[in-house]
Amino acid sequence: MHLMICGGTGCRASESNIIEEKLNKELEEKDLQNDVQVVMTGCFGFCEKGPIVKVLPDNTFYTQVTPNDAKEIIEEHCIKGRKVQRLLYQDPEKKEHVADSKNMGFYKKQMRIALRNCGVINPENIEEYIARDGYSALGKCLTELTPQQVINLVKDSGLRGRGGGGFPTGLKWEFAAKNDADQKYVICNADEGDPGAFMDRSILEGDPHSVLEAMAICGYTMKATKGLIYIRAEYPLAIERLKTAIRQAREFGLLGTDILGTGFEFDVELRYGAGAFVCGEETALIHSMEGERGEPTFKPPFPAVEGYNKKPSNVNNVETFANIPAIILKGSEWFSAIGTEKSKGTKVFALAGKINNVGLIEVPMGITLREVIYEIGGGIKDGKKFKAIQTGGPSGGCLTEKHLDIPIDYDNLLASGSMMGSGGMIVMDEDDCMVSVAQFYLEFTVEESCGKCAPCRVGNKRLHEELDKICKGNATKEDLDALRNLANVIKDTSLCGLGQTSPNPILSTLDNFYDEYLSHVVDKKCPAGVCKDLMQYVIDPEPCVGCTACARVCPVGAIAGERKEAHVIDTEICIKCGACIDKCKFNAISIQ
Amino acid sequence: MSTADIKLNPVEVEKLKAACAELNNEPGELINALHKAQSLFGYLPAEVQEIIAEEMNVPVAKVYGVVTFYSFFTMTPKGKHPISICTGTACYVRGADKVVEEFKKKLNLEVGETSEDGKFSLSCLRCVGACGLAPVVMVGEKVYGRVSPDGVAEILEEYAD
Ligand SMILES: Cc1cc2nc3c(=O)[nH]c(=O)nc-3n(C[C@H](O)[C@H](O)[C@H](O)COP(=O)(O)O)c2cc1C
Ligand code: SF4
Ligand code: SF4
Repeated sequence: MHLMICGGTGCRASESNIIEEKLNKELEEKDLQNDVQVVMTGCFGFCEKGPIVKVLPDNTFYTQVTPNDAKEIIEEHCIKGRKVQRLLYQDPEKKEHVADSKNMGFYKKQMRIALRNCGVINPENIEEYIARDGYSALGKCLTELTPQQVINLVKDSGLRGRGGGGFPTGLKWEFAAKNDADQKYVICNADEGDPGAFMDRSILEGDPHSVLEAMAICGYTMKATKGLIYIRAEYPLAIERLKTAIRQAREFGLLGTDILGTGFEFDVELRYGAGAFVCGEETALIHSMEGERGEPTFKPPFPAVEGYNKKPSNVNNVETFANIPAIILKGSEWFSAIGTEKSKGTKVFALAGKINNVGLIEVPMGITLREVIYEIGGGIKDGKKFKAIQTGGPSGGCLTEKHLDIPIDYDNLLASGSMMGSGGMIVMDEDDCMVSVAQFYLEFTVEESCGKCAPCRVGNKRLHEELDKICKGNATKEDLDALRNLANVIKDTSLCGLGQTSPNPILSTLDNFYDEYLSHVVDKKCPAGVCKDLMQYVIDPEPCVGCTACARVCPVGAIAGERKEAHVIDTEICIKCGACIDKCKFNAISIQ
Repeated sequence: MSTADIKLNPVEVEKLKAACAELNNEPGELINALHKAQSLFGYLPAEVQEIIAEEMNVPVAKVYGVVTFYSFFTMTPKGKHPISICTGTACYVRGADKVVEEFKKKLNLEVGETSEDGKFSLSCLRCVGACGLAPVVMVGEKVYGRVSPDGVAEILEEYAD
């Protein structure tokens, strides 16, 4: 019997390593350590209900486990064979306990290719990866296929880059292979700057060898002997796991000189990012690896011609790489049968925000947002009304009710005014103000703009100021037109992808939530009740019994009224702190 | 940059020089050298940047340019208990901004500042990737999940000494 326990960053934050210790201690006390094995794995994806402990072979899925539950799991489940009911997942609708993860709404529609080993193997043990066909794709390439055959296989599979752009991977490999040079580089982009996306980190933490294997395969196709992984310094666990994986792969002769006795040479090194979103852009990333400020440069030349140290380089995203070994082993036809006409395979999304099941999911391309939100995500939190879903991070847009039934793929998302991006999905409900959301993203771009070109450096600041004006109730309808114009200019004239996409959150909210903008500028009201400057606290004299509770709590003395008589708020003095509303037991105070 | 007036621990300085040598004093390794320096000193004051410039054979201006470009590098020392509040999107929609306000009020600090007694420093960071626990606050290495403004006092209490 195996107890698989999630060792991803999220579950570790909830003490999953202490759970591991306690489970082992219990097993030792009961002298069961030879019968039951505790394995620290990568992320199961169901972060909302973490920490997770999964029991194999019966697939029992325990949620929100605490260190104190260790004893009961061992005594009840491992010894007496009885499931610990209170730790099982409860179906929110049917109110039934679901023991087997295969029957949970969260997992039913998922299909795991890139995440195939996450939560299944111990990422710190190369033998477990090998036992699941690990490195046999590399073996197959080196002994049975020519580099061009491998490239053709990847091309035929239809795999497109998962880092945001969606460029066909096989084609990119072919370009890099065609340029001869004494040294070439395979680069893995693990910068993952989109706040709210954490799939690359989960893959590196849960299955680092899949990325190393794919990089070696890529090296074989383009005759590169060096691989570099550019990873954020903010991901210490992923860095540790990668270091371990590289060391083990070298020991097993799967990296280094003469790999698998074929004479093929390839090795991987790490390079660290230092917290700059723009470094995810491939030219900026290359400059950063060279020790420079991470500023993008104009393409062409593309990295395939002039990359790291001016040598031909191929840059791919972590998730793109993670798909490669599966494609090599199962074939391009298998892969291209999944998904839509132009977007093949699966995509990992980080589902977060106002949704019941926050977590990491992998679904076939072509699934609808409705399925993702309501079936996998379990619907909106606290029974609120769905308002929008933001995809593509700071470069993406907000989609609404009317987009829920569109099959998700690169082209459909783009046509709807958003984009795939790296796969962040943030769900918003009726309490979110879309103007404020746009402002939140703009704040991010203003901070992260590298400052090299004026449209992005200056323009985004102006956009942010316009939004601020709208949120404060100082804008007019003409400002909305100016906002749209400026947004389009920035899109058209910026140097790199950051500036070219940064106005998207504004443009998509203008398109889909124009009425909400109008309320802000014409009626000077924020319908969601978020923009403080547009709100007024008022006391309804009907329910007010004159208990004086509000007047006593008000920090600025804005509330006047005699005992047992209706009170009044002086809106001139009120600082809108909201203290009174929490105190009133009679629901007499409201925001208007 | 100000002229050198901070006394650096000579042992650490030697360690830094050794680290630079390990990187072959190669200008291309500047960022790695800075990572090393920040882990040795906790931050990158002008004096440290000058040493690195010397060791890595690059102008001080370039070192400064790189340090200020990347948000991970800091020129102010962190507090004994550095508080970082995640303001990634997932945390934002679940109310991280209110948590930031509460910390600012309780500590009487702005984001990016360190308290006078050097005990706390306050900063925001983008996504630690524990979105299931949003909003997330980190104090040192410890992660607190599902933090509400009301929970702030309780967290600070733990570090009252
Ligand atoms: C501002 C900006 C940020 C980016 N951030 C990332 C990132 O964090 N991770 C990533 O893989 N690609 C990112 N990209 C895309 C890369 O430039 C590049 O297209 C990608 O790494 C190529 O790999 P792929 O073809 O496998 O997707 C970013 C692009 C831009 C313009
Ligand atoms: S668009 Fe923005 S991030 Fe990109 S080069 Fe211009 S200023 Fe820098
Ligand atoms: S919102 Fe705050 S300031 Fe305004 S009346 Fe209520 S307690 Fe007073």
